[in-house]
Amino acid sequence: VADIVAYGTYIPYWRLDRRAIGQALGSPGGKGARAVASYDEDSTSMGVEAARAALKGAPQLTPRTLVFSTSNPAYADKTNAATIHAALALPESTGAYDMVGSVRSAQGALAAGAAMPGPTLVVMSDVRTGLPGSADESGGGDGAVAFLFADEAEALAVRVAAAQSTGEFLDRWRTPGDSHSRLWEERFGEAVYVPLAEAAVTEALKQAGLTIDQFDHVIVSGVHPRAARVVTARLGARPDALADDLTATVGNTGAAHAALLLASVLERAEPNQLILSVTLADGADVVIWRTTGALNALGEAATVQQQIDGGRSDLAYNAFLTWRGFLHREPPRRPDPDAPAAPPSARDQAWKFGFHASRCEVCGTRHLPPARVCVKCNAVDQMGSERLADAKATIATFTVDRLAYSLAPPVVAAVIDFDGGGRLRCELTDVDPTQVHIGNRVEMTFRRLFTAGNGVHNYFWKARPIKEGN
Amino acid sequence: MASNGICDRVAIVGMGCTPFGEHWHKSAEDLLVDAATETLGSANIPLSDIDAFWLGTMGSGVSGLTLSRPLKIDYKPVTRLENMCATGSEAFRNACYAVASGAYDLVMAIGVEKLKDTGFSGLVTSRPADSGTSAALTAPALFSLLAPAYANKYGVDEAEMKDVLTRIAWKNHKNGALNPRAQFKKEVAKDVICNSPLIAGQLGIFDCSGVSDGSAAAIICRAEDAHRYTDHPLYVKALSFVAGPAAGPLDPEYDYTSFTEVVRCAEDAYHQAGITDPRSQLAMAEVHDCFTPTELVLMEDLGFAPRGMAWKEALAGTFDLEGDLPVNPDGGLKSFGHPIGASGLRMLFECWLQLRGEAGPRQINNGKRLGLTHNLGGSPGECVTFIGVVGSEPNA
Repeated sequence: VADIVAYGTYIPYWRLDRRAIGQALGSPGGKGARAVASYDEDSTSMGVEAARAALKGAPQLTPRTLVFSTSNPAYADKTNAATIHAALALPESTGAYDMVGSVRSAQGALAAGAAMPGPTLVVMSDVRTGLPGSADESGGGDGAVAFLFADEAEALAVRVAAAQSTGEFLDRWRTPGDSHSRLWEERFGEAVYVPLAEAAVTEALKQAGLTIDQFDHVIVSGVHPRAARVVTARLGARPDALADDLTATVGNTGAAHAALLLASVLERAEPNQLILSVTLADGADVVIWRTTGALNALGEAATVQQQIDGGRSDLAYNAFLTWRGFLHREPPRRPDPDAPAAPPSARDQAWKFGFHASRCEVCGTRHLPPARVCVKCNAVDQMGSERLADAKATIATFTVDRLAYSLAPPVVAAVIDFDGGGRLRCELTDVDPTQVHIGNRVEMTFRRLFTAGNGVHNYFWKARPIKEGN
Repeated sequence: MASNGICDRVAIVGMGCTPFGEHWHKSAEDLLVDAATETLGSANIPLSDIDAFWLGTMGSGVSGLTLSRPLKIDYKPVTRLENMCATGSEAFRNACYAVASGAYDLVMAIGVEKLKDTGFSGLVTSRPADSGTSAALTAPALFSLLAPAYANKYGVDEAEMKDVLTRIAWKNHKNGALNPRAQFKKEVAKDVICNSPLIAGQLGIFDCSGVSDGSAAAIICRAEDAHRYTDHPLYVKALSFVAGPAAGPLDPEYDYTSFTEVVRCAEDAYHQAGITDPRSQLAMAEVHDCFTPTELVLMEDLGFAPRGMAWKEALAGTFDLEGDLPVNPDGGLKSFGHPIGASGLRMLFECWLQLRGEAGPRQINNGKRLGLTHNLGGSPGECVTFIGVVGSEPNA
């Protein structure tokens, strides 16, 4: 059995203040804010960001298997985990599988991660949508989390026990291709969920030989907030053990949420503490974890709290609606962007997804994109490959393009010079155009540049400002 | 030296140029017929006397048929070529070499572009199928990268930089107001230019060249035959073309304040023409002012101003019609318009008028006999560029 040896989280830059919804629609908007995937993000790209952070926590391990879970996959029929696999530059021999469609698929992915011969990287990510004015729109949140499971002495948390219950009932559902889910009356779901949860909790506690008062951290989440509140109240846990469910700051991140809350708890947990995780989604999944003495700092990756604090809260509601496709706006008088073609995308895979530059073995000059002939010494085919996804760079010059196509104009672009050599002209994202200056420091982030008319998502890397303090 | 040049070996004996602008009622073929007919008429040469043709167009047609079909050319060689925004000049350059080689006696170079039929704003180009990894920036955005880099390097503050760019656009509009063939035949007040809606970076709509339809052409023969066709031929002094290694977007040493390609091309062109001090020797220059910062940087790359000084010279009026070295006396790309394939030949047409004393109210009378034309295609750090020098006297 494999345990958690590393994890990473990703909460996008943008927040929608729930009051903005109320102001636009003339209704009570609710309190707090929800995290919003930017116009250039989806469940796959956010998954890449979380997975990058997780792998930094265990650089000595190479995943043998990658499992990706989301309720909102960017592609059907094509494996989204393969995109993540490519963006992480994992070896060809690493298997990559989707477990997607429902929020609960993430619980299956986590169970698989614990059960499979490791190392197994489980990536959970979601973009949660709802019709304008709905509880799903307001209460949802976007984000991603990744856990690396391995049979290692240095595990951060070990799985003590797990129990499940499953029920077939109509609480929420979505026809594939629809932009939002439909929900049954709230009180019906509560009546079904609460006993399912209680049964699974009882079974897990019995397996572990523990009582509820022994838990230092209790996480209750799920797709039915009202049922989750009732379950929480009935558990009888110590009040100080109840974990913040991030409703006020992030929103419910669907398939990512249970694991995101667990990561958030691990960030502040002490060694040798007990964690109870209860997740309501078409049944209940209960897992008991115990932290170890190896619980360590995340290194340079940002914590959940840092990402919450670093968010930008002035997103306009109309921009949010536009990004999610609920507001269809007049396009610019410019041609639609060309879809990336399959053979060049496959040939350029190490660049497009893996962000590998080439470095001249004769004179050391770096080339982005990779080149066969050195721009400095003209040596031919004497290049080594070098991944620069984690390299930092400095803005040499920049522009704000108000003519180029974008779902969120204007396009901000810069020429960036990498530490250690090499230059790239690329788009900036998660950026305030008025705050861009020559000399600003940036880092790379994997994004969905646009979706072409034929449905192909164009994934590539952009640069974003490095947040101060990180 | 890489090129030997063909100084004074060929001459231009006829030229024509359509008005540039939004020709909603004319096709590319119509524009070609207009420009070719005017050009043949200017030298009194029948179409059947032309031995070979070079047609430059970036996207308004493929193959020599684009020209031979509308003109009903009788089984002659027609080369269609493309070299981005230097396409028209490239047609001219190759036509000159064909004559210099002795292969033909009389040839035509013609350029055309029909940009206004797409329905889009700005220039639209198509690329081969690719992996979608190059930043899809528009031309104004790519050239706007020059402005903050230049300002940063030479300590020009943002407001001063805006004044400089505005002054360049204002000057070119002022010149264009004197040109009946220009797309924008009117002066524009500096505050209108300065406050125009932003397109990219510091560049407003008035910092951008006109998107336009048009065509221009030239007839070329051996220099010794020139007086058979006209009393006032123009002699070709230099033809230089450079394609760079596209190092700018790769190499952190490139600082976005210069076009390395243009510097190299100018060295070659001045060598061919025997020019040692372009600012004092040239009567005029037509340069590729696709966007205002381009003209600013070109003044230094072409040796018209010392490094870091062009912004002051531009403000001082050095490149005005009455200045030390008039630049873009016909209004330039800014005001004359920029139908890609035609622009290089349009620049040459202004030399044709000015050096022959036919430029009317914008006639330059500085007693000098050399004119320079310059194009570039691509963007800062990765471009192709052309420089030509023509003169009204052989061995000038």
